[in-house]
Amino acid sequence: MADDVHALVGPYALDALDEGDEQGFEEHLALCERCREELAGLREAAASLAYGAPRAVPPPELKQRILAQARAERRNVVPLRRRRNWTAPLAAAAAVAACAAIVLGIWAGSLSNSQDPIESVLSKPGARLVSMGKAGGVAVAPDGSAVLALAVPRAPSGKTYEAWVIRAGEAKPGGLFPGRAGTSIVRIDRPVRSGEVVAVTLERAGGVSKPTTKPLAVSGEVA
Amino acid sequence: MIGLVHQDPPVIGSARGRMDRDLAHLSDEGLLSLIAGSDEEALAELYDRFGGVAYGLALRILREDALAQDAVQEAFLAVWRTADRFLAERARASTWVLTIVHRRAVDLVRREELRRGEPLETAPEAAAAESVEETAELGFQRRVVQEALRRLPPEQRQALELGYYGGLTQSELAERLDAPLGTIKSRMFTGLARLRELLAQAGLKESFTN
Repeated sequence: MADDVHALVGPYALDALDEGDEQGFEEHLALCERCREELAGLREAAASLAYGAPRAVPPPELKQRILAQARAERRNVVPLRRRRNWTAPLAAAAAVAACAAIVLGIWAGSLSNSQDPIESVLSKPGARLVSMGKAGGVAVAPDGSAVLALAVPRAPSGKTYEAWVIRAGEAKPGGLFPGRAGTSIVRIDRPVRSGEVVAVTLERAGGVSKPTTKPLAVSGEVA
Repeated sequence: MIGLVHQDPPVIGSARGRMDRDLAHLSDEGLLSLIAGSDEEALAELYDRFGGVAYGLALRILREDALAQDAVQEAFLAVWRTADRFLAERARASTWVLTIVHRRAVDLVRREELRRGEPLETAPEAAAAESVEETAELGFQRRVVQEALRRLPPEQRQALELGYYGGLTQSELAERLDAPLGTIKSRMFTGLARLRELLAQAGLKESFTN
């Protein structure tokens, strides 16, 4: 019964499904928007339980071991082709990604040349990452190419996030994006030059030519 | 245009890894974006943010220092290898990372069949615990989560604790508590949903992330 499948979302969020049930539920997740929505909230609650565990301090060697191992692996693999299995629902992740069409479009474009968009900007000589406060930052290369990484939730319906490139108080549109749980990675539509600032506002769907709301995030001035 | 505050931009040179970098200003999500580009310093920063919580959780589940370290190491390396995949996930970075840690610890505990013991017995404190100052924020978060757990109906709390910290599957839990499977599923669902509300009321949701 379909209802029985939905009911597995609680145990799944706790990693408490029996081995045989897991794959079936992940297949269901890929198709069921309602379960994905629910899972997102329940996972968050489950993860917060981690903070309820008794205090314990790991030995300092652990960090060193992890970093050494990471470094060793880096030498042996081509970056961003390391697509090993993670234990979470890949089918579901793919389906979720398909929903975030705009972000995915940008992402898929970058995958075709196996480059992280941020990395592709930051790998240019002289590129910099400029903070936009705690929510994210913008990577800017001397050629003006720029990619924004910003953690803002999905925009309410009828709204969109709009990026702006600002020089001397004059803001020019830099592209629209929908926002999502996690971080949105967005290429800025126009070149970002020294002395300019990147900002993001929430605007009506379709975007506007001048910002009408207070910026949610503002970068430092690009050096 | 309001609010164009001039900030001090933390500048990260293209000669990455050789310059002073202020990763502390990045959000957890921003950090994962850098990790997706194989940035070791970003991984180190992520460990500084979550290594303690991760280890505490793993130790709670596995109850043995060496196994807990294994779980944390495997989890952070999984993050290192798959951070690019986070971009397609509908989750906060903290949730994503801690979900991986939990999964690794639970996989290990099941493999080691450590659950034959009593999952609810208190985990041993790590030997080093007393010698290191815990951040006030972590202590606060622990109190809030523990308090929220206490406020759950006992049967929901039990289902969450035995499932999440004990690593029991729903059918093991049903057998252990001699309850129908459907009851266990619904306790887990309702318990998590209620926990989420309680944490949101406590304002904790916000303080978990930057």
